[in-house]
Amino acid sequence: MAESTAASTTDSHGGHPADPSKRDMLALIASAGAAVLGGGIAWDLIASMNPAKDVLALSSVEVDLAPIAANMGIVVSWQGKPIFVRHRTAEEVKAAQSVALSELPDPAPDSARVKDGHSEWLVLVGICTHLGCIPLGNKPSDQRGEYGGYFCPCHGSQYDTSGRIRKGPAPLNLAVPPYAFESNTKIKIG
Amino acid sequence: MAGLHKSEFANPVINWVDSRLPIFTMMQKEYGVFPTPKNFNYFWNFGALAMVCLMVMIMTGIFLAMNYQPNADLAFGSVQHIMRDVNYGWLIRYVHQNGASMFFIVTYIHIFRGIYYGSYKAPRELLWMLGVAILLLMMATAFMGYVLPWGQMSYWGATVITNLFSAFPVVGKYIVTLLWGGFSVDQPTLNRFFALHYLLPFVLVGVIFLHVAALHIVGSNNPLGIDVKSPQDTVPFHPYYTIKDSVGVCVFLMIWAAFVCFAPNMLGDPNNFIPANPLQTPADIVPEWYFLPYYAILRSVPNKLLGVCMMFGSLLLLLVLPWLDTSKVRSARFRPIFRKVVWLWVLSFVVLGICGAHKPEGVWVILSRVATLYYFAHLLVILPILGKIERPLPLPESISNPVVARSAVIAALVAAFFGLSAMQTARAEMAEAPMPEQKWSFQGIFGTIDMASAQRGFQVYKEVCSACHSMKYMHYRDLAGLGLNEDQIKAIAASVTVPQGLNDQGEPKEGPGTPASQFRSAVR
Repeated sequence: MAESTAASTTDSHGGHPADPSKRDMLALIASAGAAVLGGGIAWDLIASMNPAKDVLALSSVEVDLAPIAANMGIVVSWQGKPIFVRHRTAEEVKAAQSVALSELPDPAPDSARVKDGHSEWLVLVGICTHLGCIPLGNKPSDQRGEYGGYFCPCHGSQYDTSGRIRKGPAPLNLAVPPYAFESNTKIKIG
Repeated sequence: MAGLHKSEFANPVINWVDSRLPIFTMMQKEYGVFPTPKNFNYFWNFGALAMVCLMVMIMTGIFLAMNYQPNADLAFGSVQHIMRDVNYGWLIRYVHQNGASMFFIVTYIHIFRGIYYGSYKAPRELLWMLGVAILLLMMATAFMGYVLPWGQMSYWGATVITNLFSAFPVVGKYIVTLLWGGFSVDQPTLNRFFALHYLLPFVLVGVIFLHVAALHIVGSNNPLGIDVKSPQDTVPFHPYYTIKDSVGVCVFLMIWAAFVCFAPNMLGDPNNFIPANPLQTPADIVPEWYFLPYYAILRSVPNKLLGVCMMFGSLLLLLVLPWLDTSKVRSARFRPIFRKVVWLWVLSFVVLGICGAHKPEGVWVILSRVATLYYFAHLLVILPILGKIERPLPLPESISNPVVARSAVIAALVAAFFGLSAMQTARAEMAEAPMPEQKWSFQGIFGTIDMASAQRGFQVYKEVCSACHSMKYMHYRDLAGLGLNEDQIKAIAASVTVPQGLNDQGEPKEGPGTPASQFRSAVR
């Protein structure tokens, strides 16, 4: 069992120093193998930190629109955030569509914030873009501010009937979450 | 500049770091050029395997801890969550669970090497004692880790073992209450076991550091048991033993992977799939296989305190093994009587393990008493006397002289495997007569699940079994595993009512289920 392990460069494989030796090849294969194993282990461990299946299962929410009458709004929870789903009146829609973009701190046409053919439905992330409070305006008894939309009681930001910022410290319009109409009376958020 | 270490490395970055904190010099000295006896056999791999095992256990343990809930009501469910919902959670959990067994297999073989080749003798006594400390820490860690899933065996194993301390006169009862944090194993116990289970592996790392440091002061033993006489007896650790250890690590990982992939629950107890019930004791309370020998010693005598003392004693006595064994010769190779007697000791350990898996009745009582008697006699009587009366074979002049090859490794591994499977069969046979053979579609490596059959099975569950058996740890979306499509799953989920938060009046309300809902049945 005690074979010669001479580390001579002129071995019987006939290599001269310029040829890569068998030893180098083995070292390369072994290191590559170890790297693949290490990478695989690291990948699995870090991937386990990504949202688990139960969190992903809650990552979309379906909302039934049938019970929401005109001039009514509800709040649903989506990915831990409050979502305002409002059935706008015809006046609110007209008011939103007739605002000139130059008047808006964060210009955006109303048509870009609703879905085609469903302009009476407003779906917004109910988090004030200033510092994160939840604006008032869903309940009929709430203050709605000068523009008839939403009013944030924390620092006085005022949003219009399309959820766009008009007055106050908030820099951006209320965000529109990704959503789609599954039927005329059902939307899926996320 | 004054105070800088004189670093020999050419690379400027390495040199800069090394001259301020000579870790590279240290690594080069301890694991690069370190003169190691050139005649190691594969028994010498097992220390390195233990180190690899510990590192993997710490990594998997940390990621498990990200998802585990140390709460008596949530623990079992959190383990199911890890197994079903967390990405690769099943893999991390099975690696960790089987890693505990692998850690003990590797450590027991590592200890056997020390015993056979006299690695505990002067000047390595402290090295050996640190090793015993490592074994004790491992056992504490493993015990507490097993409690965490909060299954029936977790709970009752914890109850039995913590109750041991009540054997101590006067203070026993107070010690147990202190351990429990209450009047029985319960939430406080679980929480503190989790905290300690997370802590002890890092204490283990510290003790292992001391263990390796102590080794590097005196140098390694070798199969001949004679000292290194000159540099010709040694080779540098790198590349010879880095490569040899790598080979061992590959084989070790393959065996570990075989357990994880093909028999992940073979070494476990089926009772632990039942959530802990403080009002119902399992028919047999059995610890994990690596504790079985000590369990047998504990139950070998009818006296509670004596049993406890003997169990702890069997471990603590190992601390003084360097002084119990009076032989001047280290390696069993040159001790003709000890070489046979030591296998008797291994046999007594294995027999104790098998006894530990059985109820203490009938032949098992006698067998465990005989084996316990031998275990202690070997340490307290045979070893001291043997050293004095044995006539050792003449020792070779040095390591560099030719020696006859031995294959004790294979024998040891065969013995270990036999012992392990015997313990496992003992556990299985404690049930009734074996079931008749069935031919399942999912049997074998190329097996597949018969989806139609599985779906019918679910139908049977829904109509019959769900009256008494809940599936609350699963969700309706898991039905995709039966081959049902999304619409079918939505329909099944919608047919049950689930709690859906509060209504406008603040009262709890219910509504149709969704795929994300937990299974609802008559029994919660």
